[in-house]
Amino acid sequence: MARSSYSRQRPMGGGFELFAWYFMRISGLLLVLMALGHIVIMHIINSVEVINYAFVARRWAVPFWRVYDWILLALGVLHGSNGIRVVIDDYVHHRGWRAFCTSALYVLAFVLLVMGTEVLLTFTPGV
Amino acid sequence: MWAWILHRVTGVGVMIFIVIHILDTWLIGFGPEVYDTVMNIYRHPIFRLGEVALVGALLFHALNGLRVILIDFWPEAGLFQKQRQLFQVVVVLFFILYVPVAGYMIWDIIY
Ligand code: HEM
Repeated sequence: MARSSYSRQRPMGGGFELFAWYFMRISGLLLVLMALGHIVIMHIINSVEVINYAFVARRWAVPFWRVYDWILLALGVLHGSNGIRVVIDDYVHHRGWRAFCTSALYVLAFVLLVMGTEVLLTFTPGV
Repeated sequence: MWAWILHRVTGVGVMIFIVIHILDTWLIGFGPEVYDTVMNIYRHPIFRLGEVALVGALLFHALNGLRVILIDFWPEAGLFQKQRQLFQVVVVLFFILYVPVAGYMIWDIIY
């Protein structure tokens, strides 16, 4: 539902909704540094012109970048999917459809986390 | 109101991009041929313009997100007048940062 307010109000009930509300703000602060840092390095200083298999292999040879990318993956997927959950709650009112959309979202988030983690952990150049 | 709509649209937009982006990065596990083929698709000017838009969406979402967080945790900023002023700061900062970045990225596409 459209809000005249600038953002979602802090949920009063406590529990998961309050936790999610704080999580959006804390992950948002971290994402400012990490997501914008990622954009500056990969999309402005470098670009798809120079990014290829060899580039990623060189980058992921340094453990720091694997850890960085994994934290960015986790924060981005969790922040983004919780945001989508709130959007679904706002627009999908039918109980069945809402349950369907939210479940599909959770499956998607889980699959993305597993795929991202898998490639970050197992990638070995030349295999 | 506008800030809220833009925040929502950019948030959903960036999320859609991230879904695609995790899938394409995952493909690197299949070796150089597969991954470099995909990167070649991304070099098409249409995709590179999309990238410029993506950077703009994330930049706006980040700046406005900071404004939201500031208002939530600092009651004085929550006064309606202050909220408006903070949104103006967001808009000005957005243009100061985005115009050179977008200009540079488009220049990079053309040359
Ligand atoms: C770069 C730093 C970022 C900051 C500071 C930030 C901040 C925020 C904040 C504070 C909210 C909650 C707004 C509310 O409760 O009304 C939010 C919502 C949201 N964010 Fe982010 N965010 C960032 C990055 C991202 C990224 C990378 C994504 C995509 C994966 C994303 C997707 C979303 C979505 C979909 C929402 C829900 C929008 C809504 O409910 O209207 N954000 N963001």
